[in-house]
Amino acid sequence: MDRVLNNKKAIVFFLFPAMVMFIAVIIVPIIMSLYYSMQDWSGFGKGTFIGLANYKGLISDPIFVKAAVNSLILAVASVFIQLPISLLLALVLAKGVKFEKSFVTVYFVPVIISTVVIGQLWMKIYNYDYGILNLLLRSIGLDSWAQEWLGDTKNALGATFIPIIWQYIGYHMLLMYAGIKSISTDVFEAAVIDGSSWWNTSLKITIPMLKPVLNVSVIFAVTGALKVFDLVYVLTGGGPVHASEVIGTYMVSTIFKGNQYGYGSAMAIFVILECFVLSILVGFLFREREGAKR
Amino acid sequence: MSRHTTVSSSKRSISSILMYAALIVVAFIQLFPLYWMFTFSLKDNSEIFGGNPLGIPTKWLWSNYSNALLGGNVGHYFINSVIVTAATILFTVIFSVMASYALTRMVFKIRKQMNSFFILGLTVPLHSALLPIFVMLRNLKMVNSYWALIIPYSAFAIPMAILIFSGFMTSLPRELEEAACIDGCSIYRIFFSIIMPLMRPAMATVTIFTFLQAWNELMFAVVFISDVRFKTLTVGIQSLAGQYTTDWGPIGAGLMVATIPTLIIYAFMSKKVQDSLVVGAVKG
Repeated sequence: MDRVLNNKKAIVFFLFPAMVMFIAVIIVPIIMSLYYSMQDWSGFGKGTFIGLANYKGLISDPIFVKAAVNSLILAVASVFIQLPISLLLALVLAKGVKFEKSFVTVYFVPVIISTVVIGQLWMKIYNYDYGILNLLLRSIGLDSWAQEWLGDTKNALGATFIPIIWQYIGYHMLLMYAGIKSISTDVFEAAVIDGSSWWNTSLKITIPMLKPVLNVSVIFAVTGALKVFDLVYVLTGGGPVHASEVIGTYMVSTIFKGNQYGYGSAMAIFVILECFVLSILVGFLFREREGAKR
Repeated sequence: MSRHTTVSSSKRSISSILMYAALIVVAFIQLFPLYWMFTFSLKDNSEIFGGNPLGIPTKWLWSNYSNALLGGNVGHYFINSVIVTAATILFTVIFSVMASYALTRMVFKIRKQMNSFFILGLTVPLHSALLPIFVMLRNLKMVNSYWALIIPYSAFAIPMAILIFSGFMTSLPRELEEAACIDGCSIYRIFFSIIMPLMRPAMATVTIFTFLQAWNELMFAVVFISDVRFKTLTVGIQSLAGQYTTDWGPIGAGLMVATIPTLIIYAFMSKKVQDSLVVGAVKG
């Protein structure tokens, strides 16, 4: 058997296609991005090497700073609004309600729908004249609350983030639900015998035992927020006047509309680094907390 | 199992009614946009904009669908999405099963490192590859082709597919392979006639995962495809919405067409769909 599994030719045969694609489409581009990010390059002809000037440019570019802050606001909103809703739903469903599986199935539906479809739908929901949001407000006599949701610099950011947060509530709920279900029922039974209420059990036992899952959820929510592109692109394209700009949309318009290939690449590298640093930070915070408890 | 033994029964029933009410409200919020999309895909503007914005259409206007499919090119975009998605699934599944076999069963020095190398790919955001892939495609004159999407989609699906396949493969008993080996089967024979058939459940998971990624992807599709001949549904719907800004019915029909395949798959295999999206988080 070992002789067969040692077959070098076969190893190369099996690994080659996946390896070539992986290196050509994922690894090489990261290195290229790094290289472009140190160039002043319009996309045609040859670029000139300018060192870290693009990165310095990012810090003093008010639109980039705004985009970066907006992405961070989304990350914070995801962690402190989206995840608590997901957690509450997961806790309630996992304690054993009627039609538990049906609720899980229904709550998950928005996750699998294309972001373009979701974006187009919410654009119609937000429409000033005929959207159902303003329609609802007008029908209950709150005419003055009816607004231009996506077209107004005051509202655009919030109106763009709501569908983003809404779409993935079901995803985190499912992660947490699966996590709770994998905790041994003995633990809960013991708590019941001790007279602990469901609320108390959730706070003192379930949530602490769910920490590894919560850790993953927080990392996904944060990195997902920093990488967000689709829904912002569909709903506002980052406008009006950059009010809802995020790094993803600003990068794409800098490169493909502004022809600043080098500068845009610096943004791509910034996103990778930001995701990497924040993932480590979140992991660190979760471990710290655990250490303090023991 | 009751966890409310200390609460009186009337209080308990009130709180349980409130809880079910809340759960149903959430279910309503999750499904309402889909319901609304379905109804306005069958209405004309006079109903959507005033007469009957929320209810079932008074007259079911199927012509919205023919407008979207033919006039708005959605039929064509749909076929393109099918081609790109099917090819992506095919390449992802075959290449990843092969790689997983080498990474879990075969014996060579840098196996562990290779494994972590692929897993590292899970953390790479699409952003970082967008421009370099565009430049490569431009140099190869491949912008505006099916390959411009199939190759990047497959490459980005491979790390997750390898994670899923490897996890499944380690749980398979080795006896069959050993018996085949004693019978003198070659390694290729073992892989194609023994391993491949056994991998079917994991292939279903990877297929669903890859389908959702490829079918719904927007960023690459927007940048790499501008020729109407190769537009997939996500970019196509964007053009459709630009074309019919004031006529919502055909847009709704286009959105429905893009969503129905996903919903059919979910209706028949909801558990499998959920697992395929969560498995990476649980293992990774």
